[in-house]
Amino acid sequence: MPTTTNAVQATGLVKTFGTFNAVDGIDLEVRQGEIFGVLGPNGAGKTTMLKMLATLHAIDGGSASIFGVDVAKEPHRIRQLLGVTGQYASVDENLTATENLWLFGRLQGVSSKEAKDTAARLLGQFALEEAADKPISQFSGGMRRRLDLAASLITRPPLIFLDEPTTGLDPRTRGQMWDTIRGLVADGSTILLTTQYLDEADQLADRIAVIDRGVKVAEGTPDELKSSVGDSTLQLQLADGADQNLALDVVRRIVGQEPVLTPESGRLNVGLDLADGAADVLIGLRQAGVSITSVSVDKPTLDEVFLALTGHDTGTAETTHDEELETVR
Amino acid sequence: MSTLTATREARRPEVTVLDVDAIVARTNPHNTLRQTVSQTMSMAWRATKKMRRNPEQFFDVTFQPIIFTVMFAYVFGGAIAGDVKSYLPLMIPGILAQTVLTTCMATGVQLREDMDKGVFDRFKSLPIARIAPLAGPMVADLLRYTIAATLTFAMGMVIGYRPGGGVLGVTAAILLAIFTGWCLAWAFTWIGTIAKSAQAVQGFSMMILFPLTFLSNAFVGINTLPDGLATFVKINPVSHLVTAARDLANNGQVTSEVWWTLLAGLIVIAIFAPLSVRSYKKHL
Repeated sequence: MPTTTNAVQATGLVKTFGTFNAVDGIDLEVRQGEIFGVLGPNGAGKTTMLKMLATLHAIDGGSASIFGVDVAKEPHRIRQLLGVTGQYASVDENLTATENLWLFGRLQGVSSKEAKDTAARLLGQFALEEAADKPISQFSGGMRRRLDLAASLITRPPLIFLDEPTTGLDPRTRGQMWDTIRGLVADGSTILLTTQYLDEADQLADRIAVIDRGVKVAEGTPDELKSSVGDSTLQLQLADGADQNLALDVVRRIVGQEPVLTPESGRLNVGLDLADGAADVLIGLRQAGVSITSVSVDKPTLDEVFLALTGHDTGTAETTHDEELETVR
Repeated sequence: MSTLTATREARRPEVTVLDVDAIVARTNPHNTLRQTVSQTMSMAWRATKKMRRNPEQFFDVTFQPIIFTVMFAYVFGGAIAGDVKSYLPLMIPGILAQTVLTTCMATGVQLREDMDKGVFDRFKSLPIARIAPLAGPMVADLLRYTIAATLTFAMGMVIGYRPGGGVLGVTAAILLAIFTGWCLAWAFTWIGTIAKSAQAVQGFSMMILFPLTFLSNAFVGINTLPDGLATFVKINPVSHLVTAARDLANNGQVTSEVWWTLLAGLIVIAIFAPLSVRSYKKHL
């Protein structure tokens, strides 16, 4: 670390819409040079929080500073330190890719010639040279995202906000975006990204904060977070829902922890420290005479992390809770 | 787990370290006036590109002056002035004012449409003057006012209008109309920033536009109106523009009406430009 100033330092952030607190007292500390992931389901307040830090929403409570500059007091300085890439590509549909980058460069005081050079360099870097003079309306989703990210990098901001950078992208494009993001950090940028995907946070982030309903429910490295639910998950579908209690007993005895009931009848998720443990559970169930219609072993999903951390899944908690009671009955 | 961590680190071999303190020290607390003007011109450039790629944006400024001039001349000419030719000196400056006002309305509608687009999110996140995204398109709209005003006079001359003020008088009338249109457009820009949709802007603007144009001396002489209405018509800024344009185009005279028009325009800017910026900021 060159200095001790944090890239982002936020205390007790609050954003209220009417009577609803979209962000309800979040503390955030992003160190220089790291990728910090904000993980949470739709509507958790991730985007709202990012917009507050980017001066796009007023801060209703708490305070925030970026590289030591106060966000509420000096928004104009903050905007010079940030590159923001939103969930929806914020580029101009009426302009070509080159024209877009040129315009954003000019708006930030870059000379016409330099803006042209920067546009060409960025289009090359993001593999968009061939589409340089095409209107954006002909761009695919992945191309738009890349152009959008390129547009955030014109002035080489030291801090970059990425709001769900890969939502809606196909797996290959997603991998390319991940590589690009790693490259930005290698160039010295600090990155604050939001995502709905645990694997994305796992792949990219040095540290993760899990946000739910405007509140931070957990924070740590990806490994710390995943260890709260085990390294993998065994998903079981019982042939007969009536065997459920018996199956629960078997699992408790073998794994030594409580399995998670999903809303579907006769379905359990078992957190495992090692995938090998699955065999022990299956043998135990066979010995107890519990028959199974399907089995799979998977990495823990965001849903499971959520269940483990918050006690409810990423959907609306009330209905899920009711359904769980139904299942138990 | 350990393998994951290893790959993550292996993928970031050499890390550049930025001197963030120096970068922070280079930031400016505010835009200078020069920066604001340059940003506005960049936004104007964007608006002209947009116009060129969507030529239908020029329909209102080309067809309306042509159709309205012919229509009003032949429908009302005989009834109001006895014949078409003697109605033209009264009517053409009226149509000029009406066309310019309709063009203003389009400014507000288009801004509203534009603001709903994703690119405005980026404009908001950039360190640019908040007035630039509003003023930029208005600078580009000067082209639309010029087309509308010029076509109105051209069409008038095609059907027999012979302005006594000559080239100079007509040019002055056109410039005055463009200036007034640009000033009034700020009021419609403000409506654009407060309304919920482009349709709402259109509807609301129409409600303002119709009384302003028709309760003026644009198409009839004030002496034909009942007293109460005549009072309103006399204070209506559109009447001042119409009278000033008539004096300029028909007689080549710069009367006090010109100054009243200019003053009214400046007052509109002084009120609505700050209101527009304030409401645009609130939209964040």
